[in-house]
Amino acid sequence: MHAEEKFTPQTWPESPEKATLEGKNKFLGFWLFLGGETALFASLFATYLALKNKVPATGDHALSTEIFSIPLAFVATMLLLTSSLTSVYAMYHMKNYSFQKMQAWLLVTVLLGLAFLILEIYEFYHYVHEFGHTFTSSAFGSAFYTLVGTHGAHVAFGLCWITALMIRNAKRGLNLYNAPKFYVASLYWHFIDVVWVFIFTVVYLMGMVG
Amino acid sequence: MSTYAKKKGFGATIWDYLTTVDHKKIAILYLIAGGLFFILGGIEAMLIRIQLMEPNSDFLSAGLYNEILTMHGTTMIFLAAMPLLFAFMNAVVPLQIGARDVAFPFVNALGFWMFFFGGVFLNLSWFLGGAPDAGWTSYASLSLASPTHGIDFYTLGLQISGFGTLMGGINFLVTIINMRAPGMTFMRMPLFTWTTFVASTLILFAFPPLTVGIFFLMFDRLFGANFFDVTMGGNTIIWEHLFWIFGHPEVYILVLPAFGIFSEIFAVFSRKRLFGYSSMVFATVLIGFLGFMVWAHHMFTTGMGPVANAIFAVATMAIAVPTGIKIFNWLFTMWGGSIKVTTPMLWAIAFIPSFVMGGVTGVMQAAAPLDYQLHDSYFIVAHFHYVIVGGVVFALFAGAHYYWPKMFGTMLNETLGKITFVLFFIGFHLTFFIQHFLGLLGMPRRVFTYLPNQGWDTQNFISSIGAFLMAAGVIILLINVIITSVKNEKVGNDPWGDGRTLEWSIPSPPPFYNFKQTPLVRGLDPYWIEKMEGKKEMTPAEPLGDIHMPNPSILPFIISMGLFIAAFGAMYNPLNQIGDAKPWAVPVLIIGLAITFGAMLVRSLKDDHGFHIHKEDLIDDENKGVKA
Repeated sequence: MHAEEKFTPQTWPESPEKATLEGKNKFLGFWLFLGGETALFASLFATYLALKNKVPATGDHALSTEIFSIPLAFVATMLLLTSSLTSVYAMYHMKNYSFQKMQAWLLVTVLLGLAFLILEIYEFYHYVHEFGHTFTSSAFGSAFYTLVGTHGAHVAFGLCWITALMIRNAKRGLNLYNAPKFYVASLYWHFIDVVWVFIFTVVYLMGMVG
Repeated sequence: MSTYAKKKGFGATIWDYLTTVDHKKIAILYLIAGGLFFILGGIEAMLIRIQLMEPNSDFLSAGLYNEILTMHGTTMIFLAAMPLLFAFMNAVVPLQIGARDVAFPFVNALGFWMFFFGGVFLNLSWFLGGAPDAGWTSYASLSLASPTHGIDFYTLGLQISGFGTLMGGINFLVTIINMRAPGMTFMRMPLFTWTTFVASTLILFAFPPLTVGIFFLMFDRLFGANFFDVTMGGNTIIWEHLFWIFGHPEVYILVLPAFGIFSEIFAVFSRKRLFGYSSMVFATVLIGFLGFMVWAHHMFTTGMGPVANAIFAVATMAIAVPTGIKIFNWLFTMWGGSIKVTTPMLWAIAFIPSFVMGGVTGVMQAAAPLDYQLHDSYFIVAHFHYVIVGGVVFALFAGAHYYWPKMFGTMLNETLGKITFVLFFIGFHLTFFIQHFLGLLGMPRRVFTYLPNQGWDTQNFISSIGAFLMAAGVIILLINVIITSVKNEKVGNDPWGDGRTLEWSIPSPPPFYNFKQTPLVRGLDPYWIEKMEGKKEMTPAEPLGDIHMPNPSILPFIISMGLFIAAFGAMYNPLNQIGDAKPWAVPVLIIGLAITFGAMLVRSLKDDHGFHIHKEDLIDDENKGVKA
């Protein structure tokens, strides 16, 4: 099957992301990359747990029980979880060769992700200004902002990536060249969603109990 | 002559290598760059040995010694050993599995340029205020206190080159899983392919923790973070853990491909199938698995307590079992074989006792109570040089001689090769064997000089003489390379005469599409099987047809260069610990990152379908006898 071949919903293969060798390679390579990313976040989580609430002996430093508020983190969680669901819808339509519907759901995904990101930026701003909890104020601050910030950077990268894909392919629709690209972008999106579930648990929920 | 085989001018050749995505050319780039860094690391080693040749020497100052010591270790591990292994992996693995290229040719080129720019950045430290001086392990309590930008060159340089290595690892994994020729099942893969596969898995999971650790160190030194600053609540032990969670698998990332190269050589020059193939595969996988379970044996004296020490001690000793399986399999491969003592085979035979000695001292150190005595002494230095030189460097020499004809189409001179071997082998044991005893006599490692009459003087002198012999061996190899390249006597497909695997069934060097027709693999050592049936070449698995190839691209170079530029900006940013902020720093950081991400965006948005070599051109090539 040639990469630029035109398809109809009837001729569109069942797993378009794996229909070409390039697609197969991208699919597998990206899963492996996510394996490496898992090791990366595992290291960040381990460090966060080791440095949680570790602050200088002198001075007034807010601890996790004072800083975090569940309502804010809960709203952020719901936004990101929903965006993961909408990206599933997008991939459902990708597999059915309905390009416009896929684009629409991707747009919803991007908007939800953007809302999450804005909330996170507000959250950081809030911590800095209300609690003096900064990247440089304590080891706890460094570990917190690095863990959550790395996740936030992943979200920002994902937003740019999905948007670029949507704009680039807006006029030409789906083919076997760009189907794997959409697919791995959605895989990436699920991954950062899963990471957030762990952040919600380890940072926010466990943070509330001290 | 077909359109694909035009002669090119010098400028065009340079451009060709800057933009190439061909795994064979990338292999040559890795070989050249890794070779240069190997020579650099070797010069640093010689300076160390000259300094230690006699007591109270003032050849190097204490500070300069620290820098040279650090750069020797860092260069040899990250910029010499790994890239040189990558050179052979790139040159050979796609051929061994019957593939036309790696899974991601573009990413392959990107990986090389990342490594190259990272390595150059690290070495620029010599000219820009001083090299890193906290040892290659760069323990945070030491590296945070370092007064120059050396450590920042270390963090930023290794960060960039580490990305490259990670990409290389993923690329080989996908290549080996997805790109094998028909019939090339997992249990028919040559051992070098298998060890590359397992080493790539280790890269995938070991490099991210290093990335994280290095980011922490960079944040602490350049952006005011406090991960390792105890007064701010930080903890320096985190660095030790993250570093060794990477650092120990790194040993196996290096030594497993070395095992692979030797496995190929033993089988070919014993003219026998590798003994215990499946147990070799099993042992390789087991070593890879256990390699992740033992990192804390580098930290016995850190104070983790007896339970942790005991667990890590036992896990460490367990690795001796699969390694022993391998040693006996190699011995049994030679047993009853019709052995041909060529240069690669000499290195392989010498590797067994040399590496076993390194393994035995490793088990000694695995006993935690004994390690308290040996820790930080020259015994450790002797041990890891026996493992890394006796295992990895021997394999690099063996591989260089063995694969040279496949990579360049001409044989290295055997006599000079054997002279290299004798000089290096004697020099190696002269240098490092005696260091075991220096360690037992109490000589501490990493110290720039020592007082006379402690019973160390003669031993140190002997050790330094050995280093000169090793240097002489390397010089002979370089002469050999020059002579060989000038003579350039072309050889055929299978210059050793007894090649067993697919790479020997195609011309040397292979045409850029590797296999005109994808070969059909009918068992382990597929080319040997065909030869035993009296055939000259592989049975094709497909009719002659158009071949799809990737386009060359300059983007990998630009993406890597962007990070190289950004690194300067990061180093001199206003928050940096040294306090020499530059006004241009932040703009440079932004410009560098913009170049990188911009080039990535171009790559993502611009379609790149590659091109096809047409059947007629392939037939044309065949008729004219064009080889590349």
